[in-house]
Amino acid sequence: MYAFAYHRPATARQAAGLLAKKEDAKLLAGGHTLLPTMKQRLASPAHLVDLGACADLRGIERKGRNLVIGAMSTHAEVAASSIVQEAIPGLAWLASHIGDPHVRHRGTIGGSVANNDPAADYPAACLALGATIVTNRRKIEADAFFTGLYETALEEGEIVTKIAFPVASKAAYAKFRNPASRYALVGVFVAKRGSDVRVAVTGAGEGGVFRWPEGEAALKVRFAPKSLDGVKASAKGVNADMHADAEYRAHLIGVMAKEAVARAVGK
Amino acid sequence: MASVSLTVNGRAVAANVDPRTLLVQLLRENQRLTGTHVGCDTSQCGACVVHVDGKAVKSCTTLALSCEGAAVTTIEGLATDGALHPMQEAFREHHGLQCGYCTPGMIMAAVDIVNRRGFSLDEKTIREDLDGNICRCTGYHNIVKAIAAGAEAMGGRSMAGKEPPRQAAE
Repeated sequence: MYAFAYHRPATARQAAGLLAKKEDAKLLAGGHTLLPTMKQRLASPAHLVDLGACADLRGIERKGRNLVIGAMSTHAEVAASSIVQEAIPGLAWLASHIGDPHVRHRGTIGGSVANNDPAADYPAACLALGATIVTNRRKIEADAFFTGLYETALEEGEIVTKIAFPVASKAAYAKFRNPASRYALVGVFVAKRGSDVRVAVTGAGEGGVFRWPEGEAALKVRFAPKSLDGVKASAKGVNADMHADAEYRAHLIGVMAKEAVARAVGK
Repeated sequence: MASVSLTVNGRAVAANVDPRTLLVQLLRENQRLTGTHVGCDTSQCGACVVHVDGKAVKSCTTLALSCEGAAVTTIEGLATDGALHPMQEAFREHHGLQCGYCTPGMIMAAVDIVNRRGFSLDEKTIREDLDGNICRCTGYHNIVKAIAAGAEAMGGRSMAGKEPPRQAAE
C-alpha cells in the first residue's frame, strides 16, 4: 500500500468538504474493495476520507412506499433488519448472501453501489426494484446510475447518502456464486410492482449490471417460473472468463431468473 | 503518523501509527498480540478474524485508524483467569485443529456464530457460517463438531445446569 493521509469526518457534509479540498482524495466505506485494491497498488489515493464515523449515513427506515437504507449500512445490518425483512425480504436475503459473515460486518450498501463491480449483488437489486440513489447533491434513478464497468453517474466529490427502494409486491434474488470469491457468476433479481415487472442481471454483462427485456416481457404476461420456459438470454455482450464462457453464463441467466421468480411467488 | 485510541481485550490502547497500518498489524506488531494470524492477506482465509465492537471482522482488511474508539477482542482475550473459553476448550476436546494456523480465526468466527445464532447450532448452519474461514488440514469435520459442542457449552455456562458438552464420536 502506498502512503496516504487519513481523515475521519463525523458527517457527510464534512466528508464532502474534505473531498472538495484535498487533491486526489477517495472515500472509504467498508473498505472491502478499496483496501485490497490499495494493497495491490492498483489504487493509490493521496487522501482517504473514512465515512465510518458519519452517523448520518446510517439507519434503515420505512418511509411510506419506500424502504430507505443509509449508505453506510453494512450488509449484516441490512440482512438482519426486521424493517427490510418485512418490506422487501428478497433484499434481506441478497444481503445475507454477500461474501461471508466477516465481510458482511464491514461491507456497505453505499460502497457496493458506488463501486459498481460487474459481479456485485446490490446493483441488480437497485436496477430491478427501480431504486433511487440519493447523493449529497441530487437523486439519481438506478436506470441512469449504473453506466458501465465500475462506472456510475456519480461526479467528482459526490457522495451516496442513501438508497430508496420502492416496496415491490413480489421480489427475490437468485445467484450462482463463484465458490471462491462469493461474487455472482450470474445473479438475477426479479421484482413485480403493480403491472410492472423488472429483471436485472449481474455478473454476466460485459458492461456490468443490465436489465433483461425478454425476461421482463415474458413475466409481464404471467409472473410465474413457467413463463420463462423457452425464453433464452442471448450470449451477445455476455462475459466470458476462466470460470464460465458466455454461453454458460447466458444459460444461467434463464436458470437464475426462474429460481428468483419461484422464490418471489413462494414456490 | 496518526494517533488511534481503542480498547484491546478490555485494555485501553493508544498508538501512533502510519495511516496504512492494518488492524492486524497494530495487534501483532504494535501490541505483540501474535495470536491473530495473517494467512492470505486478501480477506479470503479468515485467519485474521477478531471482534470489533462484538462483530467478527477480517483484521487484514480493516485499517487500524478505522477502529478509533472501538472495542477489539482477539483470541488472547477469550480465556478468563487462566481457564480456556468454552469454545477453545471444545476445539481442544474435539481435536478441531491440526497445524493450528487457522485456529484463532476459526474460534473467533465460532464465537461470533454463537453470538448471532444462539447456542444450538446444526451442522448446516455452522458450515455455511464458516464460509469466511479456510482450513487446509482438517477437512473441517472436527471443527464443525467442536463449534457445535462449544456453542452448547457456552449456553451451559450462561444457563448453569444445562447438559454438558457431547463427547467426540470418533
